[in-house]
Amino acid sequence: MTSPEIIRPKAKQRPGDRVFSASALISGSLILAILAAVAGFLMLQGIPGMFADPESVSIYTEGENFVEFVVPLIFGTLWAAALALVMALPLAIGIALFISHYAPRRLAQGLGYIIDLLAAVPSVVFGLWGANVLAGAIQPSFVWLEENLGWIPLFAGPVSGTGRTMLTAAIVLAVMILPIITAISREVFLQTPPLYEEAALALGATRWEMIRTVVLPFGRPGVIAGAMLGLGRALGETMAVAMVLSGSGVIVFDLIGSVNPLTIAANVALRFPEAYGINVNVLIATGLILFAITLVVNSIARYIVNRRKDFSGAN
Amino acid sequence: MNITRAGSFAAIIAAGALVLSACASGETTDNGSEGETSALSGTLVGAGASSQQSAQEAWVVGFQEANPETTVEYDPIGSGGGRETFIGGGSQFAGSDRAFNDEEIAADNFASCVPGTGIIEIPAYISPIAVIFNLEGIDSLNMDAATIAGIFAGEITNWSDPAIAATNEGVELPDLPITAVHRADDSGTTANFTDYLAVNAPDVWTVGQIETWPTEYGGEAAPQTSGVVDAVTNGTGTIGYADASRAGDLGTVAVAVGGDFVPFSPEAAAAIVDASPRVEGRGPGDLAINLDRASEEVGVYPIVLVSYLIACNEYTEGAPVDLVKAYLSYVISEEGQALAAEAAGSAPISADLRSEAQGFIDAIQ
Repeated sequence: MTSPEIIRPKAKQRPGDRVFSASALISGSLILAILAAVAGFLMLQGIPGMFADPESVSIYTEGENFVEFVVPLIFGTLWAAALALVMALPLAIGIALFISHYAPRRLAQGLGYIIDLLAAVPSVVFGLWGANVLAGAIQPSFVWLEENLGWIPLFAGPVSGTGRTMLTAAIVLAVMILPIITAISREVFLQTPPLYEEAALALGATRWEMIRTVVLPFGRPGVIAGAMLGLGRALGETMAVAMVLSGSGVIVFDLIGSVNPLTIAANVALRFPEAYGINVNVLIATGLILFAITLVVNSIARYIVNRRKDFSGAN
Repeated sequence: MNITRAGSFAAIIAAGALVLSACASGETTDNGSEGETSALSGTLVGAGASSQQSAQEAWVVGFQEANPETTVEYDPIGSGGGRETFIGGGSQFAGSDRAFNDEEIAADNFASCVPGTGIIEIPAYISPIAVIFNLEGIDSLNMDAATIAGIFAGEITNWSDPAIAATNEGVELPDLPITAVHRADDSGTTANFTDYLAVNAPDVWTVGQIETWPTEYGGEAAPQTSGVVDAVTNGTGTIGYADASRAGDLGTVAVAVGGDFVPFSPEAAAAIVDASPRVEGRGPGDLAINLDRASEEVGVYPIVLVSYLIACNEYTEGAPVDLVKAYLSYVISEEGQALAAEAAGSAPISADLRSEAQGFIDAIQ
C-alpha cells in the first residue's frame, strides 16, 4: 500500500515558535559541544601521559608502565561498582515494589520522599559517615566473617583494624545509588497497565504471582535502565571512595582486608594535589579511560532498553 | 513583564562586570621596587609545598597586616610543582620539602635569578612528625627504628610482639593485631618518615625513601593527615604517622636516639636541624642541610619534616626585591616563627640559624 501524499497546511509561525525552536536547538547542540570539549581535553592532555617514558613519571612504582599502573585501577573501579550494584539492586526493587504495590498510599508517598532525599545528600557527607561511623561500627562483623566464612576467598582476611575496606566502600556506594534505581523502578512499576494486573488476579494469581508474572516483566527495561544509571554513578564516585577506602594499586579480591584496589576516580583525587609535570597527564589519561568505561556502560544500557522496548507492552 | 525581566538581567550583567573589573584593577598594583617611601607595596608570588600551607597562610596574614599595601600569594601546589614554577620564573620564591639537588643547581636556569649568582635556601619550616597509635590505657611507647620499620613493613603484626615488649618493660601490651596506617596520597610526610626508616633500619626497611607507599608492605591507606589521624583514632590497635601538631590525645612513640628514648617536641625537632651538617659545595646563602637522621646526639628527635624557603640571591630587573627581603625576614623572625608554631605546630628555628639566614636575606639584590 502506498502512502498517500500528505498535505500539510502551512503552519503559521509566530515569533515565539521561532525563538523556542532555536533555543531548543541551541540547548541540544550545546550538550554535544560540552561533551566534545571534555573528550577533546581528556585526549589532548591524557594521550601524552599514556605514552610517556615510564622513567619520567614519578607516580609509577619502580619499573611500572602505564598499563600496569591503570589495570589495577580499572579492576578496582569495576569491582567496587559491581559490588555496590549487587547489593543495591535487589534492595531497590524491593523498596520500589513496596511503594508501588504493597504500602498504603500515605506511607508510600512519605517513603518516596525520603528515598528521594537520600539522593540529595552530598557524597562528601557519605564519605565522612562511611569513614568515621560505618567503618568502625562494621569492623567487628568483619572479624566474624573471617572467623566463620574465612574459607571463602572474599573473606580471607587478615581483617582490617579500622574497617575501611572494599566491602565498606561498596556498602556506601550501594546506599548512594539506591535512590536513583528505586525512583526509576518505582515509576515503571506504577505504569503497569491495571488491566493486566486485574486479569492476573482474576485468573487466580496471588499478589506475589501477579507481581512476578505481570509487574516485573513489564518493568524490566526500566529497572535495567535504572541499574545502569546507578552503575554510572558508582563508577564515577570520587570523594566517598577516596575517604572510605584504604586502597592502593593492587588486584585483590579480599573484601575485608587492609589492602584493597583503588578506583580510578579516587586515585585521581588522592594523587592530583601533589602531581606535577607529566604525572598530571598520566592521571588525566586514567580519567580518559574512566570516561570510556562509562560511555560503554551507558551504551549497553541504551541497547538493552531499546531492545526490550517493543515487548514491554507500554505501547 | 518581558521588558522588566530583560532590564533586571542586563542590570545583573552590568553589576557583575563592574565587580570583576574592580577585582582586576585591585590586582594590578605596581611593584614597589622604587621604594620612595618606607611603606612596601606590590605583589609577591610564591608556590610550593603544601606542608607549609597553614604556616604560609599565617605568615601572609601577619605580613599583610603589617604592610597593608602589599599582597603575598602562596599557592600550595606541592614541592615538585613549586620548584618547577620557581625555575620557570612563575614565582619569586618557592617552598619545597627538599632543597634543589646538585644537578638542578648546576643547571642554573632559574628564570628570576641573574645567572651565576645562585639561590638562597633556608630551612625555615621545621615540623616534627609523630608516630601515633591507639591502644587503650597506653600513652607512650618506646621503640627503636628497626621496630617501627618492622611494624610499617608488615613484619611485626601483633602488639604483644617481643620486639615491642623488649623496649617497654612494665607496659602491659595487649594481644591485638597491629593495623599500620599510611598516607594514601603522595606526601612529604611519608618521604621524611621513610627516610628516617631507611637510614636507621636499612635491613628491615629495604625500599629506601619513598613518597608512594609500596604495595608489598601492605597496611592501611588513608587520605591526607586528617584521614590518617581519623583512621588511627577510630580503629583498634592502629598505628600511623602524622604531623605532630595533629597527634591530639593519641599515644605517641618515643624513638631511640643514642641509647635514650626521645619523645617529639619542638625543641628536639629544631635540635636535629642544628646538629646536621650542611650540604657541601653550595654557594653563599644556600643553607641546604643533610638531615642527620642517624644522629646520636642527646635530645634530638630525628623524624622531622624540614621545608625550605627558596629565593634568588640576585633578581633580574623588575622583581619586587624589597618585598622578597621583607617577607623572608618576617618569616624567619621570632614573631613569624611563633606564628607558624601556633598555626601549624612547627618548631621555631634556632637563634643561630636565624641570624645566619638574616645576613643572606639582607644581601639579596
